[in-house]
Amino acid sequence: MLETLFSNWILPTLRVSTPLIFAALGGMWCERSGVIQIGLEGIMLVGAFFAAVVTHSTQSPWWGLVAGMLAGLMLSLGYGFTVLKLKANQIVSGTAFNLFAMGIPPFLSMIWFDSTGSTPVIPGESLFRSAPLFLMGAVVIASAILYHHTKFGLRIRFAGEHPKALESSGISVRGKRWQGIALSGLLAGLGGATLSIYLASSFSRNMSSGRGFIALAAVILGRWLPLQTVTACLLFGLTELAQIRLQGVVLWGDQAVPVQWIQILPYLITILVLALAMGRTRAPKGLGGGE
Amino acid sequence: MKNSEKLRIPQSALSFLRSVAGAAGGLAIGLMICTIAGESPGKVLTVLVNSSFGSGYDFGMTLFYTSYFILTGLAVAIPFKSGLFNIGGEGQLTIGALAAAWAGVAGAGIESHALAILFATLAAFIAGGIWGAIPGYLKARRGSHEVITTIMMNFIAAGVTSYFTLYALKDPDSSQAETIPLSTVFQLKPFAVFNGAPMGGLIIALAVMTCVLHLVLRNSVWGYRLKATGENETAASTFGIAAPASWLSSMFVAGGIAGLTGLVEVLGNSHRFKIGFSSDYGFVGIAVALVARGNILGILPSAFLFGVLQKGAGSLDLETDKVTRDLTYIIQGLIILGVASDGIWDWFSSIWRKRNA
Repeated sequence: MLETLFSNWILPTLRVSTPLIFAALGGMWCERSGVIQIGLEGIMLVGAFFAAVVTHSTQSPWWGLVAGMLAGLMLSLGYGFTVLKLKANQIVSGTAFNLFAMGIPPFLSMIWFDSTGSTPVIPGESLFRSAPLFLMGAVVIASAILYHHTKFGLRIRFAGEHPKALESSGISVRGKRWQGIALSGLLAGLGGATLSIYLASSFSRNMSSGRGFIALAAVILGRWLPLQTVTACLLFGLTELAQIRLQGVVLWGDQAVPVQWIQILPYLITILVLALAMGRTRAPKGLGGGE
Repeated sequence: MKNSEKLRIPQSALSFLRSVAGAAGGLAIGLMICTIAGESPGKVLTVLVNSSFGSGYDFGMTLFYTSYFILTGLAVAIPFKSGLFNIGGEGQLTIGALAAAWAGVAGAGIESHALAILFATLAAFIAGGIWGAIPGYLKARRGSHEVITTIMMNFIAAGVTSYFTLYALKDPDSSQAETIPLSTVFQLKPFAVFNGAPMGGLIIALAVMTCVLHLVLRNSVWGYRLKATGENETAASTFGIAAPASWLSSMFVAGGIAGLTGLVEVLGNSHRFKIGFSSDYGFVGIAVALVARGNILGILPSAFLFGVLQKGAGSLDLETDKVTRDLTYIIQGLIILGVASDGIWDWFSSIWRKRNA
């Protein structure tokens, strides 16, 4: 009984939540440092693409993981440059990066594979079995410890909460924000990588399909706290699993529920949860503001 | 997340010039990226321009895309006034287009052309408006961030419209995923000069509508309320201007205008609703509104610029080996960054000063 519960629900929920958890923790660090991170979606997409391409050419998912993280890092540093150096509006610039990121996979995939659709399928022996799950556990624990028990976590929080206080104690707010942005790139890139080389066996067009925004909703729902954010991700992961499981199931009468109604479930629940949870959450005070 | 950072954009003549320069810079970088694919930027630019202006048909198609982008650009620019960032244009336009197709089915008995158009217009506006008002309501009453809720509404709209297209309104005589075709009283006539491009008097109507909206937003009480909320919602509320009302109304109007895409696509072009007819036109609206710096009249030239880009990009697939229409995403992203990165000018001048110091 317990075993079937584990193999049918708990393990699959953990699996589908993995990309969300990585991305959401990245988003949490970035927003805690005081920078809005709308661009998680684009970072995940680019991370998923480069992870699939590099895994395909090296046949090693570990290199794919590294490639996804680096691609995410590059994109996030570009974002950091526009918002920290060029003072672009954070929401507008994040949206621009999301659009930009939508164009990168088809552009490069046309050059490399002569197709704007999916990348070549990676053989099963070159894909991850369960390593990303352990990595995810490690990142969750590390995030929680860093956040609650280290100077680093405290300073990041101050950069988002009381930037002036941090500045007057001689620590650069902008430096902390660069770190927060870089972490969001690395982690969301990692999350994207798990989409293509852990949950799937190739990159397919627009495969992040809103997960970056769902991760952001999880950060809000989790009140910008690591373990709470992870819990919210698990909730959204469970919804996604239910969405997959419900397809073709007859709930009433003799007809299966139309797949379109089931597919909108994760998005619908994200909105509902946001609407119900808001008002009880509080964003970092300096979020989106200057230094 | 909160809107502590206001979406306010300065609108002086200088800032307008900066915006044009930023857009041009973004376009230039986007074209230069083509060298990675082994195409010369000059050739790509030539393809873009020729394909947009080459013939009466080409120009008609450019205006056809322009009319999309006027609508989706306005859908971003109007909530901008009240401080909201509506990236749900994509969902609002699909719902509006579906409603227009539904109007054609429900109003099959209508015999007057004018009445038919009016009915479809109302259906498209109200359906899109409600779709936009939902995130507006959630923002006003529950404080849910509109960027997330509008994106979620886009995905929900995709599911809802494909359900109706495949089941409730499905054309039984077609093997495609499309709704029952409209009767001729519902169809808009294209201009003959455009040689078959689906564009007629609608483009004029949209230009007039934009001018009227400009005047309304500038001179009416409603326009004043939106602006007051957008600039400082707390100060506005002390003067009795309730932010929730501004948010709800601006999102309803924006969604309704995005929904009018149903006129362009369903009444003007394919005469039915087809799944996936919009290749992210709603997102292009973000770029359109930003290049116009949120200025309502500025939407017209800006939409035209993106109309050229959209029409031209379609020819990239055929006329270049390795560059495809997906380049438009890259160019749009870069153009937005070029316009939004206003600080680049201060940054340049600080480097200049350092070097000369």
